[in-house]
Amino acid sequence: MSAATTAAYRNVDALRAGVTRRKLFDKLFVVLGLVVMLTCLAVLAVLFIDLVRDGAPRFKPEFFTHFASRNAERAGILAAWVGTSLVMLVTAFCAVPVGVAAAIYLEEYAPKNWISAAIEINVTNLAGVPSIVYGLLALGLFVYQFNLGQSIVAAGLTLALLILPIVIVATREAIRSVPNSIREAAYGLGATRWEVTKDHVLPYSTGGVLTGMILGLSRAIGETAPIITIGALSFIAFLPQSPIKGEFPFISFQWLHDPFTVMPIQMFNWVSRPDQAFQSNAAAVGAILLAMTLLMNGIAIWIRYRFRKTINW
Amino acid sequence: MQATESDNSTATAPAQEIPLHNDASGRAAHEGSRQPPSTPRISIAMDDTRTVRSLNVKAAVDNLNFFYGQHQALKNLTIPIADRQVTALIGPSGCGKSTFLRCFNRMHDLQPDTRYEGSITLHPDNLNLVGRGVDPIEVRMRIGMVFQKPNPFPKSIFENVAYGLRLRGVRNRATLAEEVEKALRAAALWDEAKDRLQDSALALSGGQMQRLCIARALATAPEILLFDEPTSALDPIATAKIEELISTLRDQVTVLIVTHNMQQAARVSDYTAFMYLGELIEFDEAAKIFTNPSKKATEDYITGRYG
Repeated sequence: MSAATTAAYRNVDALRAGVTRRKLFDKLFVVLGLVVMLTCLAVLAVLFIDLVRDGAPRFKPEFFTHFASRNAERAGILAAWVGTSLVMLVTAFCAVPVGVAAAIYLEEYAPKNWISAAIEINVTNLAGVPSIVYGLLALGLFVYQFNLGQSIVAAGLTLALLILPIVIVATREAIRSVPNSIREAAYGLGATRWEVTKDHVLPYSTGGVLTGMILGLSRAIGETAPIITIGALSFIAFLPQSPIKGEFPFISFQWLHDPFTVMPIQMFNWVSRPDQAFQSNAAAVGAILLAMTLLMNGIAIWIRYRFRKTINW
Repeated sequence: MQATESDNSTATAPAQEIPLHNDASGRAAHEGSRQPPSTPRISIAMDDTRTVRSLNVKAAVDNLNFFYGQHQALKNLTIPIADRQVTALIGPSGCGKSTFLRCFNRMHDLQPDTRYEGSITLHPDNLNLVGRGVDPIEVRMRIGMVFQKPNPFPKSIFENVAYGLRLRGVRNRATLAEEVEKALRAAALWDEAKDRLQDSALALSGGQMQRLCIARALATAPEILLFDEPTSALDPIATAKIEELISTLRDQVTVLIVTHNMQQAARVSDYTAFMYLGELIEFDEAAKIFTNPSKKATEDYITGRYG
């Protein structure tokens, strides 16, 4: 290094000026990031507040206990929220075991060759398939081929297909975050692959699995297109049969085959009405749907936080 | 050095000690013509001038080769592992000592495209640990391992130690409690852990975690205990405790330890093998290796000239 450059590097004033200039860019980025983030949040907040304001007259207990009606004032979402809950139940019961099992197989069992690589790519791609395509598939397969009709079980299965990739990807992520040293410890004691999975890998990744499940369900809860495709009714003035019966065997699964409607369809139905009064109903359902999604995501974050606290690698 | 429990005359009558060449020692375990196959002897001498110490062999490694795909990581290793003694494996990074250690409990089977050749014969029942027909799970149930980084399960201290027993189908609570206490005592952790058995193992210090891992391995009474650089992630005080523990363990279990630390090998081991580039350069009693090695490479390594 020549004497001239050495001197340049040791010029303290120049150093300070340089540091000040570089820190300016640092601050600029902070400002930019904050602005962008707040814009996103503001859009969501404005949307939510707008929905709540428009739907304000409908936020009464009767809104949840009344069926849809030709009279906007008296119309409620009883059939819609019961339908949504039951469909979500079916979706969760189908998507979670299948998704978790698929993820375990891909992560712990599948040999690392081109076949598993192809499966991996396709699972990720499935998450990007437009939901209406799932609707078409379900119409052909569940409704006609399996003869399930326009029922809760058909809708639940359709949405289960839709969120399967989300559950698989989230579960794989969670499984991958279990350190290999833990697996080695269990294998070293003579555990089989299944014992390692059931005693260690799965319990330690429960947080991630639950998070994936909730994120998947919060996507499914707002899906309209595939459910309309399979032919859900938009005007329903009755509830599915009760799962609990007075006589033996006391539990009935007949409700699975009942026609239904869900909240996004109810909302779609009201939005498309010319009568201005129904816009209030639509806004109210929209606000409720949004709140449910936010709540579910909140629960997912909380679960992740809880598990991070107990298991810290 | 502890006395050998032996029915062999060479051990009790010094006059009959026979000098043996190194390459004969491993094979003697197999052929063992005059001894019953269940009690092969270890016989070591690098030259004809020294007499032989004779001990029971717990495992005889014979012409062991190991391959990762096309790459040969271990070349023709022949080493006898003495029963209830500490054998240390030393050598520069990448020399294959950890790879060699992991052959003993078939950890490589968890990776695809790995291959063993040759044999590691476990005595007294002459089981070839790397044999094709031998189930790696059975091998791992008989041979315990302690890893480089302490890796307790994120469960309670009790459950960590009890896990190996549970895998063996032990359900009785009293038996579990008794065995857990025994293992924790053997791992010198009982006094620190007895009041917090239900606490998470992750709340322990690094040294305590490593002793917990030793207890976990000891709980199922392994025949050989493998240590893969067990103190490399620990501070000097925790390291000293583990070393002391290893020295006491030799009464109950055969110990095989990989270490980067020359002083550690000299302190804890009875026998030492120096490996370089997947080959065994020298194997001898630790005292001999560290004071008067017969190979130039060994001397260079232990005096810090390379590695």
